[in-house]
Amino acid sequence: MEIAPLQAVLAAAAAWLLIGVAGLLRPESLALSARALFPAGALVGLVVAVIGFTSLFRAPQALVLPLGLPDLPFHARLDALSAFFLLLLGAVASGISLFASGYLRQGEGTPPGLQCAYFHVFLASMALVLVADDAYFFMVAWETMALSSFFLVTSDHRHAEIRRAGYLYLLIAHIGAIAILLCFGALQAGTGDYTFANMRELQPGAGVATAAFLLALVGFGAKAGIVPLHVWLPEAHPAAPSPVSALMSAVMLKTAVYGLLRVTLDLIAFPLWWWGVIALALGLVSAVGGIVYAAVQTDMKRLLAYSSIENIGLIFAGFGLTLLFRGFGMGTLAALALTATLYHCLNHAFFKSLLFLATGSVLHATRERSLGKLGGLIHRMPWVAWCALVGSIAIAGLPPLNGFVSEWLLLQAFLFTPGLPQGYLNMLVPVAATLVALTAALSGYVMVKFYGVVFLGQPREAKLAEAHDAGLWERAALAWLAAMCIALGLAPVTVIGLLEPITHMLTGYGIGSAAQGWLFLAPLQPERASYSPLLFFAVTALLVALTWLSVRLFYHGRVRRAPPWDCGFPYQDARMQDSAEGFGQPVRQVFEPFFRIEQQAPTPFDAHPEFREKHEDRLWYWLYLPVARAADAVTTLVTVLQRGRISVYLTYSFVTLLVLLLFVR
Amino acid sequence: MSAGSIPGLVAQLAVLAAAVLLAPMLSGWVNQCRAWLQNRSAPGLLQPYRVLTKLFNKEVVLAHNASPLFRSAPYVIFGCLALAAAIVPKVGTDLPLNAAADAIALVGLLALARLFIALAGMDIGTAFGTLGARREMLVGFLAEPALLMVLFTASLISHSTSLATIVQTLAHRELVIYPSMAFAGVAFTMVSLAENARIPIDNPSTHLELTMIHEAMVLEYSGRHLALIEWAASLKLFVYSCMGLALFFPFGVAERGDWVGLLVAMPVLAVKLAVGGFLLALIETLSAKMRIFRAPEFLATAFLLAVLAMLVHVLLEGG
Amino acid sequence: MLQHYGPQLINLFAAVLLLLSFAMLTQRRIMSLINLFAAQGLVLCLSTALVAWLTGQTHLYGSAALTLALKVVALPWILHMLIRRLNVKWDVETLINIPTMMLVGIVLVILAFNLALPISQLAGTVTRSTLGIALASVLLSFLMMITRSKAVPQVIGFLSMENGLFFAATGAVYGMPMVVELGVALDVLVGALILGIFMFQIRERFDSVDTRHLEKLKEH
Repeated sequence: MEIAPLQAVLAAAAAWLLIGVAGLLRPESLALSARALFPAGALVGLVVAVIGFTSLFRAPQALVLPLGLPDLPFHARLDALSAFFLLLLGAVASGISLFASGYLRQGEGTPPGLQCAYFHVFLASMALVLVADDAYFFMVAWETMALSSFFLVTSDHRHAEIRRAGYLYLLIAHIGAIAILLCFGALQAGTGDYTFANMRELQPGAGVATAAFLLALVGFGAKAGIVPLHVWLPEAHPAAPSPVSALMSAVMLKTAVYGLLRVTLDLIAFPLWWWGVIALALGLVSAVGGIVYAAVQTDMKRLLAYSSIENIGLIFAGFGLTLLFRGFGMGTLAALALTATLYHCLNHAFFKSLLFLATGSVLHATRERSLGKLGGLIHRMPWVAWCALVGSIAIAGLPPLNGFVSEWLLLQAFLFTPGLPQGYLNMLVPVAATLVALTAALSGYVMVKFYGVVFLGQPREAKLAEAHDAGLWERAALAWLAAMCIALGLAPVTVIGLLEPITHMLTGYGIGSAAQGWLFLAPLQPERASYSPLLFFAVTALLVALTWLSVRLFYHGRVRRAPPWDCGFPYQDARMQDSAEGFGQPVRQVFEPFFRIEQQAPTPFDAHPEFREKHEDRLWYWLYLPVARAADAVTTLVTVLQRGRISVYLTYSFVTLLVLLLFVR
Repeated sequence: MSAGSIPGLVAQLAVLAAAVLLAPMLSGWVNQCRAWLQNRSAPGLLQPYRVLTKLFNKEVVLAHNASPLFRSAPYVIFGCLALAAAIVPKVGTDLPLNAAADAIALVGLLALARLFIALAGMDIGTAFGTLGARREMLVGFLAEPALLMVLFTASLISHSTSLATIVQTLAHRELVIYPSMAFAGVAFTMVSLAENARIPIDNPSTHLELTMIHEAMVLEYSGRHLALIEWAASLKLFVYSCMGLALFFPFGVAERGDWVGLLVAMPVLAVKLAVGGFLLALIETLSAKMRIFRAPEFLATAFLLAVLAMLVHVLLEGG
Repeated sequence: MLQHYGPQLINLFAAVLLLLSFAMLTQRRIMSLINLFAAQGLVLCLSTALVAWLTGQTHLYGSAALTLALKVVALPWILHMLIRRLNVKWDVETLINIPTMMLVGIVLVILAFNLALPISQLAGTVTRSTLGIALASVLLSFLMMITRSKAVPQVIGFLSMENGLFFAATGAVYGMPMVVELGVALDVLVGALILGIFMFQIRERFDSVDTRHLEKLKEH
């Protein structure tokens, strides 16, 4: 008997919830959570991934659940789009859960059992967001996701700055949630029927559709961390424990992308072209801004958080192109841009979780998050270092790994934009491709900084000599994620084959790359562009091996160990290496207008010279502080109502009641 | 495509071997021209080979804290640039590896080599190594998008990012003048000066610590490792020269399946490379090295010129 | 043969003209600036001659010769002399951010093209797409005048603006009547001379040809 996939997904979500409840039974027991519950969660993750994979090619399946309010049951549906994101969720979550079982320690903050509960509720709510088929169910799952992740972020709640980060996250998450709610309100167009099926049926007018799109962009953009709603991201990611940062960055941001795709391409179905321009512009600003900020960070998790903003920006750029092409009725090209978008979602999920987990291992081994106090860890933690190297190459968008494939597809999509039938656009959009290229090149810079400062060079602190490599569970998780980065890089044709049903569903077209055989990735026409990562990798590996062999064959292999040369300078120590600030300096100088810099430089006569520098986000001062001040002013006005006498409050209620009775019939 | 055919494979291997073996000669030629122009007595054309042999025969002096990444990086860098030398169009457009990697992949490949050399520079943890790595990445993050945009301009003209198709379009269709290529040419020259550690950005023959970029990064290398890196640098010069010739002077490249043309194309290429190398030496002799803080400006100008090239193509040549 | 490549060559000249405009925008040294201006004049002269040859309008040869005489020989010579007299040969402008200026320039180019699009569709000439470039180089020269503070580069900006206008005239409508052209040429020449005298006066007064000193003339 065949198991219906939707029921299986719901069962898996229920299993995650049960695991969470089991953690609550003995909250202080580390052994139970770490050795039994997290591995079980990882197994459920694998099951979810398999279900997602198998249901990519099935017809959509819908179900009405016997849950929810009377007359307002939960609707669930599993189609190709949901299946793809479930696959992403399951595959990444299994790796992260595996890592978490080795990572979990008895700490000061939330006890392990409670963390286990939040973690699995978080996983289950994300799965439910992906299968929800009415606004009510979606919002319930969405809010559960926000709350559980809030508690995970504040695991270490004894530190004031972590509580502050959590508060900021919760605030922006709720502004986003309100926008999403209003978006669904606009989409149901007064029918009072909040099922997605109804919204698909209705064909909203241009005004309503635009309002819904803008609200969705704000709501989901806040969750995804798009500029200017990104400020919570670099605060929350470093605050959370590493597996949680990994999960949030890799999967939770993608649920926002899922929501946006669902609303604009499935529920509205006929986007207007200029929506694409907005999404594209926001995406490019986020991409460049994110990576420039990443380059000057000194905290490794903040650096990765900013790099998440960059990647989300690239995803939004791809999404914007999809809308543009779709709006102009260029179906195949829309499919190409959508493929690039989805591919990048998948890639980012894997390499970003890999890197976040690697920083987790480093954090555990050294108790140090600041880049300026690390260094030389490749000798102490070879496993983590080599896995992180894979992740770094992938995230820098270099061949033959996966980051390159999606950037390649995105650039290919950009190359078609001179054909857009609109005056300014066909000039500006191709030029916008330069920003994508700049972002890719800068991410290489950032990754050299990240990897070079953490893993290479000499240890900057004496205590780093005691650092130890990651445990078995953690190694397995890192290896699994690194292997997926390589596989996604080497087999793009297969992966794009998996994306085909989604592009067919959302744009009506596919890019038919399988026609060129499994070896060559050639979207649209092979003479236009082709890329074969497998061949590429094989030849490079062959050439490297051949070089090595022939050097070995023809020349002696003598090696003499000596102190470093460094132009014969004898007094060198680890502090003469570039610090993180030093390595970021050129970027800071080139992109100076991006930052608000406070600098304190010593004079030549200082007995104890001290150099201090702080760069902040200009948006804080341009956008957030004015808004906060305005909110403050409004609330001061409202305090007029506060009298402190009960009879006054009762009068308010009484007047309200009277007004309602009189005017609302 | 003739990807699997035996003659194609043989031709590909032969081209690859020839490129790898002859690339140091181009560096030798540039050095020779430079010496002539500067009124010095020139080293022989084969001098780079002598240097390489010397280095290969020397023992490797390795810092105590060198990691496996440091020891493997020269091989990876050499492998990447050898592949780049194989896929950049030189004498013919009909080679099997052309379908495996297009212009974007070529840029990616060069970036991969850069990433490894910068990481290797940081591995020992000396002041000069990290300084060189930082400056190399600074040059890289501005030069790489500029190079990509130059290639994009050519791609927009030929409606393809495949290098073979680009060259075929530029060389074999009826002669068309592309004004955008004027901008692209200036940008490409600026980028390739920077990328090959040439004056005005860097000086390949300097050993003054504070001014160097490339040399500072590879300061800790010796023996066969250094030989491989030097060889890779010559290969890079060769790759950029061939790329420039393919984009801006593609005439004489053999068409698909034209074996006689292939034979003719080889001396043509040699002549073009000789002229190009002479021009490079001339530029280097005539210009002064810039302060490192002027380098971002120089490269940003190259980048924006490349953007203008794309724009001019869209505007003047009708998309 | 040339009939076929003629329009393409004109496009090429247009691109080179634009390239030179950008080069002038970002050039710090006065001497190089004058040389770039002379090069721009040469390109203009060549393209005018080419248009004359393509369309068989002989009066355009006249204006090509005029361009050659005035913009490649006379004006650069005057400017060189001016610099020698004013002793500002090694003056360097303090341009702060060249990339930003180029970015603004790129935006101007896009704008110019879109503005010129409807006009160039009306023009029936073979080289109508160059109208956008001509407009762009006018705007770029204007930008150059705005961003400079020394007097000589501002004059060069003014002269190169006229180059853009002249190119628009030849490209779009195959040149203006000879009388108009002669008049404009005379205007430019006289303008340059007057501005030269003007510069001497500035220097007499302030010991420098930095036009920022003119701010002192403001009444308080």
